[in-house]
Amino acid sequence: MEFRDNKAIYLQIAAYVCEHILLGKWKVDEKVSSVREMAVTLEVNPNTVMRTYELLQNKNIISNKRGIGFFVAEDALKNVKDYLKTQFIEEELPVVFRNVYLLNIGFDELETRYNTFVKETFNP
Amino acid sequence: MIKINNLNFGYSKHQLLFKNLSMQLSNGHIYGLLGKNGAGKSTLLKNLAGLVYAESGSMDVLGYNPAKRQPALLEQICFIPEEFYLPSVKIDAYVKANAVFYPNFDHPYFTSLLAEFDIPVGQKLINMSYGQKKKVIIAFGLATNAKLIIMDEPTNGLDIPSKAQFRKIMASALTEDRCIIISTHQVRDLDNLIDTVIMLDENSVALKASVEEITDKLVFKRVKEIDETVIYSEPSLAGFNAVMPNFHKEDSKLDLELLFNAVLAEKNKLKPIFN
Repeated sequence: MEFRDNKAIYLQIAAYVCEHILLGKWKVDEKVSSVREMAVTLEVNPNTVMRTYELLQNKNIISNKRGIGFFVAEDALKNVKDYLKTQFIEEELPVVFRNVYLLNIGFDELETRYNTFVKETFNP
Repeated sequence: MIKINNLNFGYSKHQLLFKNLSMQLSNGHIYGLLGKNGAGKSTLLKNLAGLVYAESGSMDVLGYNPAKRQPALLEQICFIPEEFYLPSVKIDAYVKANAVFYPNFDHPYFTSLLAEFDIPVGQKLINMSYGQKKKVIIAFGLATNAKLIIMDEPTNGLDIPSKAQFRKIMASALTEDRCIIISTHQVRDLDNLIDTVIMLDENSVALKASVEEITDKLVFKRVKEIDETVIYSEPSLAGFNAVMPNFHKEDSKLDLELLFNAVLAEKNKLKPIFN
């Protein structure tokens, strides 16, 4: 995993975990990497990973089973989407909108490009 | 785990390096000790390890005064200095002579660390490169299972893959009952490993705060223009890299180099934010 230079590390780790869940690499009720394993893999302080896991617990994306570890929560998939959607709308969409406005890109053009993108990327 | 109270220290009586330095450190953290050349990073570490003695003030490390150099404390301290000497023997002889001082020394762990660092075991220590020697003493130090781990510029001399291995090893070495202090200038080698920043400047502690507290109070970001809210900034490709008060509870990534320069340049603006 490559860390970007502007976003807090614990949030980048949260996005990494969310992506694993979205892509089905970690399924509901499966154990997620322990704090230590994750810290070693990503070469970060275990306290940072703990902060990520606390955040994801609050969002009901993972749950802590005392003494055993962290597991993907029951409604994780829905909660991941809600969490990522909020983030996208708050952080990334304004940047896109700014360019759409500045460069006079019409909604028709956007729609065509969007449809082509979906077709090429997700149903090749 | 560590309490320092009003420490006064100088290599000469007339010129004090630390004036009334006070600080507390607890276990379960990796502290990053930063400061300019000559700010006293190595000296502070040596004070903690009982290698130099203060003029006045008190120091409590795991319930002991390090200046007394009691074996019960020294067996709980692993000190990796920046400059070191290793004798003309092979690793097994070195371990045989030195591991006995550390009752919790873990031989299998030592062997696994050497393998991870790719150290040629059969070679004499004196014939190894600086980086290889450094990896040997890091492996030895961690294998002592000491509660207090002090490292002075540990990544100096390590090649690129070894730095990544070092970060992995340190991430797994941090346990609830351990305190790790790393002094460094190579902030990019270690910035995701450190959870609390200690910065020395002008004879004392200029800043001691966790990464969480720093990014709670300050925001680090790229801005196009500088206004009066900016505490400190440096020009960059797309405008300025700026440090400013975090009024809007924004999440940003701590930029240690920028923070370092901000503390040096704008101490008066930063002090009230952290008190």
